[in-house]
Amino acid sequence: MSNVLVLVGIFVLAAFLIVLGLGLSRRAQRQGPAEDRPDATGIASTTPATRARPRLHDRLAKTRATLAGPLQALRIRGRVDGETWDDLEEALLLADVGVATTGRLLDELRANALQLAASEPAQVIELLKAQLVAELDGDTDRSLTRADAGPTVWMFVGVNGVGKTTAIAKLAQREAGDGHTVVLAAADTFRAAAAEQLAHWGDRVGAAVVRGQEGADPGSVVFDAISAAQARGADLVLVDTAGRVHTKVNLMNELEKLRRVAERGPGVLTEVLLVIDATTGQNGLAQARQFADAVDVTGVVLTKLDGSAKGGIVLAIEAELGIPVKVVGVGESADDVVPFDPVEFVGALFA
Amino acid sequence: MFEALSDRFDGIFTRLRSRGRLSERDIDEVAREIRIALLEADVNVAVVKSFIARVKERAQGAEVAKSLSPAQQVIKIVHEELVTTLGGATGKLTMSPKPPTVVMLAGLQGSGKTTAAGKLARLLHSDGGRVLLVGADLQRPAAVEQLRVLGERVGVPVYSEGRDPVKVVKGALREADRLDATVVIVDTAGRLQIDADLMDELRRVGKAAQPHDSLLVVDAMTGQEAVSVAEAFDDAVGLDGVILTKIDGDARGGAALSVKEVVGKPILFAGTGEKLEDFEPFHPDRMASRILGMGDVLTLIEKAEEAFDREEVEEVEAKLRKGELTLEDFLQQMRQVRKMGPLQSLVGMLPGMPKELRDAEVDEGELGKVEAIICSMTPDERRQPSLINGSRRLRIARGSGTTTQDVNALLKQFKMVQQMMRQVARGKRPQLPLPGR
Repeated sequence: MSNVLVLVGIFVLAAFLIVLGLGLSRRAQRQGPAEDRPDATGIASTTPATRARPRLHDRLAKTRATLAGPLQALRIRGRVDGETWDDLEEALLLADVGVATTGRLLDELRANALQLAASEPAQVIELLKAQLVAELDGDTDRSLTRADAGPTVWMFVGVNGVGKTTAIAKLAQREAGDGHTVVLAAADTFRAAAAEQLAHWGDRVGAAVVRGQEGADPGSVVFDAISAAQARGADLVLVDTAGRVHTKVNLMNELEKLRRVAERGPGVLTEVLLVIDATTGQNGLAQARQFADAVDVTGVVLTKLDGSAKGGIVLAIEAELGIPVKVVGVGESADDVVPFDPVEFVGALFA
Repeated sequence: MFEALSDRFDGIFTRLRSRGRLSERDIDEVAREIRIALLEADVNVAVVKSFIARVKERAQGAEVAKSLSPAQQVIKIVHEELVTTLGGATGKLTMSPKPPTVVMLAGLQGSGKTTAAGKLARLLHSDGGRVLLVGADLQRPAAVEQLRVLGERVGVPVYSEGRDPVKVVKGALREADRLDATVVIVDTAGRLQIDADLMDELRRVGKAAQPHDSLLVVDAMTGQEAVSVAEAFDDAVGLDGVILTKIDGDARGGAALSVKEVVGKPILFAGTGEKLEDFEPFHPDRMASRILGMGDVLTLIEKAEEAFDREEVEEVEAKLRKGELTLEDFLQQMRQVRKMGPLQSLVGMLPGMPKELRDAEVDEGELGKVEAIICSMTPDERRQPSLINGSRRLRIARGSGTTTQDVNALLKQFKMVQQMMRQVARGKRPQLPLPGR
């Protein structure tokens, strides 16, 4: 009788397949054509300004000091044994790297360690770090792209509470400090007082904020903001969108529409940035997948990395979806937004 | 999403065939899979260890129920242990005998404190409580405005004056007296658990508020950090309970288990959506299934046991093993499956179902058509579909009120199903001939 479930499964499947077969002729394939990436012409990448900026390393120093590294014990043990691998696995899992990615990384590491005859734990850790850095480094372009002419538009998307508005405020401050004229589009017309929050920041960092009524059509806010930027000769529009859980189809459709509006306006949409909270666990991958599907995400902004969370899920996001982390948020002040640096990120994973 | 336990489940099934009591080998085998499932659900590594140890102890020598395989038996134990761990009284705040009851919400930035404060206010307000919302989040710009808007929607007053959260709380308690409020809900600023200054501030806010319920607000998408967050906040203010937010996404929500294990206090409420009324008492059993990613296998097993006649199943199983399944058997099975409820919900409960099938819309009317077609065949035709030639096809189509194309499609699909079952009988995983692949 242990096979009751198997049988049930098979018969449900069987009945189902037949239903599908009958229905197939009438049901059109619902899959639409994949959305094209924005036209590359007219978009030029500019190198970040040369002004001295805080680096990830400086910002993480505080966190590192407060944490005893999980690998400390491992480093001082004499030789590589089964426990070494267990400890490494645990360190990666604790950093939210995830079971699958951890397994893959350790398999590669085992092969590498064998080949290079690494016999001490410290060596193995360095090998793993090098392996991770190599994986992240590649020829990934992590710069934020700008348009040659017309206002550049960067759109920020993500689930609720990841820090979209704060990340935008920080970036606005940085860009304004670099001499750019910034317009903020308060297209989160859903959450109570979201526009006020952005307006506060706009005042603080000296950026104009275009907003609509609460509950207004976010598309009109985006369009107005880009038009306003064009009229004033501003060169950068940062679009704040309402947080949304990636499984809500209607909200994701709304976001798709918002992207189209941003593309149609007088500006040039060059970045759609997915904001991910460093404390996010394995669901981060599902988030990235769904948002990438809907709005063709060009990069990740990893926020709240100043806590003790390591943000290891971005390893899986880069490896599986090829979406690079471009910016990291590391604190409360407007200066606390730094370019992503693989070496420092990996170092922090094992801090 | 639901791949961890569910997909491997089938594999373990066929490997474990022992009867009677669970052996240590059985348990170890399943424990490995459970560990992976829990880790994929974001349960903290350390919590997974202690949890598995408890499960093993419980499973040692447990009797295997007749209707379950050993693997299922272990899963059942795991599920029960999860429910117990997550469980406890839910949806009930500790109310002070002398009003007002003070509820304080704390947590990381972005965990959903302000929204939870609004939702909780709505719940208590609709239960007849006189609620005062207190905006003690003076860090995030416009947090107090957000709370005011929520307060207005719910129809409860919001208090926030001054630039010091401790003073805000003290003023709020006076205001609560003046308004004769029965519940005071304090929304505090989000903070990192490693930020010593802000955690100290929270301690002082807690001292001023003297809350009857210090609640930690945790995002269901939180990863491994959940443990250190819970520890730090518990240290600072002595937590009395937890609110789990954003469970309307597809996160498996292992953070719930991590936090519960650390804090030891009940998870009281769950935030289930964006609207103010999307707020429910926490259901340990549903969360347990979700963390295990097992769909709802147990309900399915129960339903199967109700709907199926054992002898029949054994008979069909024998035929299946020989690869001799006929349309007649199929019809019979289909009817029994349908007794178990709408196909759509069954598909949802099955572990290891491909996403395409899970999300597809099932038209129950089409099933009736399948039945009609098979019923329009002669017994010989049902046993030997190859007999069906052009004129028989036409007769069957007319008899069932369908078209010859429908009949053809059914026969073709049945052939595929037969092949699939032969694979299963040989111990292979069936390859699903999915459309569009």
